[in-house]
Amino acid sequence: MAEARPAGGRVLTVPFVIGIAVILIAGIYMAKRFIYGLGPVTGMNDGFPWGLWIAYDVNVGTAFACGGYAMAVLIYIFNRFEYSPLLKPAILTSMFGYILGGFSVFIDIGRYWQMHNVFLPWHANVHSALFEVALCIATYCLVLLIEFAPVVFKRYPIKDLETKLNRILFVFVALGMLLPTMHQSSLGSLMVLAGAKLSPLWWSKLLPLFFLMAAMLLGYAIVIFETSLSSLRFNTPHELKIVRRLSSIVPWVLGVFILMRIQDINAQGALGLAFQGDLAGNMFLIEMGLMLVGLLLIALPGNRQDPTKVLWSALCILLGVGLYRFNAYIIGYDPGNGWHYFPAVGELMITLGIIAVEILGYLWIVKRFPVLALPERPQRA
Amino acid sequence: MSIKRRDFLKTAAGSSLLLAAGTSTAWGASAQDELPPKALGILYDSNLCIGCQACMTACKRANDMPAEHSGPNSIWDNPLDLSAKTLNIIKMYTSGEEQAFVKRQCMHCLEPACAAACPVSALRKDPETGVVTYDKDACIGCRYCQIACPYNVPKFEWDDPFPQIQKCQLCDHLYDQGRYAACCEACPTGASLFGPVKDLQEEAQRRLLMEPGRYYEFPVNHIQKGSAVRHRAKAYVDHIYGAQELGGTQVMLLAGTDFQNLGLPELKATSYVRDLEGISKGLYKYMLYPVAALGGLLYVVKKRGGHDERP
Ligand code: SF4
Ligand code: SF4
Ligand code: SF4
Repeated sequence: MAEARPAGGRVLTVPFVIGIAVILIAGIYMAKRFIYGLGPVTGMNDGFPWGLWIAYDVNVGTAFACGGYAMAVLIYIFNRFEYSPLLKPAILTSMFGYILGGFSVFIDIGRYWQMHNVFLPWHANVHSALFEVALCIATYCLVLLIEFAPVVFKRYPIKDLETKLNRILFVFVALGMLLPTMHQSSLGSLMVLAGAKLSPLWWSKLLPLFFLMAAMLLGYAIVIFETSLSSLRFNTPHELKIVRRLSSIVPWVLGVFILMRIQDINAQGALGLAFQGDLAGNMFLIEMGLMLVGLLLIALPGNRQDPTKVLWSALCILLGVGLYRFNAYIIGYDPGNGWHYFPAVGELMITLGIIAVEILGYLWIVKRFPVLALPERPQRA
Repeated sequence: MSIKRRDFLKTAAGSSLLLAAGTSTAWGASAQDELPPKALGILYDSNLCIGCQACMTACKRANDMPAEHSGPNSIWDNPLDLSAKTLNIIKMYTSGEEQAFVKRQCMHCLEPACAAACPVSALRKDPETGVVTYDKDACIGCRYCQIACPYNVPKFEWDDPFPQIQKCQLCDHLYDQGRYAACCEACPTGASLFGPVKDLQEEAQRRLLMEPGRYYEFPVNHIQKGSAVRHRAKAYVDHIYGAQELGGTQVMLLAGTDFQNLGLPELKATSYVRDLEGISKGLYKYMLYPVAALGGLLYVVKKRGGHDERP
């Protein structure tokens, strides 16, 4: 039986050092942002007040970080405990994704020194979707830290605390399913107010539902993707078997998602917009194309036996559904009046720095803490 | 506007003109029902505007706004559009012989998307006057108001490390001194007219019934306190912009050319704020569903062993 153990190995590899360099450069731009304001560092403007940081780091990033959520739902709600070896690594990536998403918000908002106002009842606007997103994401970051704590305790045991935590852990596991359901759909509700400024290819009264489905899909796809990759890297054959079963669920959710979206656009009489040859139309086609390829690759049970097909399918879903979310925030958004947006170098570097922190952090933790389910004897000490 | 007065208008005028106007300029249901008790607003009449920009200067002075230098050698204030330095702008539309002015500023929506969006209630609709105000001490600078505003009105100070949102607040800081919107105080022709929204709505209806070429009295500055001048009426497009756009606005416009020519978007009658309300009500039934869901989840997880090990 495979058991979770540290993967071991050297931490300070060449890619790791490159990652650190990226983080340092990002740090310089960050300092510039706090000294001179958002204008000089970013491509954002009054027409496009949200750029890469919100549309990618927060909106797509936290959805990529839904692995922990998607696996928890599968394990606890559908009673599929055979998937539990995948939960801890998924929670780890979720933890990084969410905490860094929260960090991006901190850099992005103009009056960050007043951000606690969100939590003050006399300021909070409970009807604002963004209020809900902010509150849920902040709470969920804490929940993820607590959900991950047992792994840390395995390496640095604090006897009393560990048993106490285990007794109440179920509360956090439950919260860990409720909170993402709420804020991942609210990330969709957010754009309902963009109204006529958002192309009907993405605007919909079903935005909250679509965003929730997208989060689920991205959650499963990222677990499949990561597990396949880390099985190659750290040799975890047991996990690969589970992935095969997991990938039989995805085509159903994805198929329904695609059909509902097309039906919804058709109901608004806007399907023609997809074929106008402009940026929004083309991006819509790319998004749909990626999803369809991802679907076809694993729709047939035979294909799911082939790990490379499963891996490619997961990649297509990640890109396609991720693009859906990005498009709904940037590409489909048109404030009119000739405004346009393209991320500036500093903006891009800060996002790259954040991605680097995620990857380096993940590698360091799986090498030093019992996260991955490895076979009896670890490959290298 | 009460039913009574609407009936009165219909019978009093009784003309086919008004009936035709009735189809396109009837106040949206929400605009009538939800007008704040002392709703204040502005009626801007493009046909009366001479483009003198006295309102722009007055607006800057009344709100302590800096001059905006567009272009390398500009020495005077010459903004190109609304910005964090310019809360009010007069622009000119030309097409062949035709020309028309338009005034852009916050519309003080009856169902303001900016206020619905703001997570910290920094933007609020005053329950009495309906003025949409901004409180920088609440604002976190998330800029969701900019995404949500259908008219792209709120502006952000991009080049300031301690930025705020800027937008017209209908000069509500002047009311205590017995003053009102500085732009209307300064307007010499009555093109920008301040007053209670109900009075302005009636005045707008009256103008749509005017016969082009004939002389009429037009109130100037303030519809109740101001004087009046005689102008020859020009032909109007049969539409009061703001009567029903996304539930209606307290700043309204009349013009002799299509509003789309003047950069005002064509919008549906129900607001996206209502759309969203409907969605979230169905979705959450006021926090009831989330709480029930949490109870269910707690039960399920507890029953199944509390953590990720097989029970
Ligand atoms: S015009 Fe825009 S800023 Fe002004 S009240 Fe309406 S939504 Fe808010
Ligand atoms: S930028 Fe300020 S005023 Fe605008 S929505 Fe955010 S907190 Fe509210
Ligand atoms: S009401 Fe005041 S702030 Fe608004 S446009 Fe007029 S002068 Fe400017």
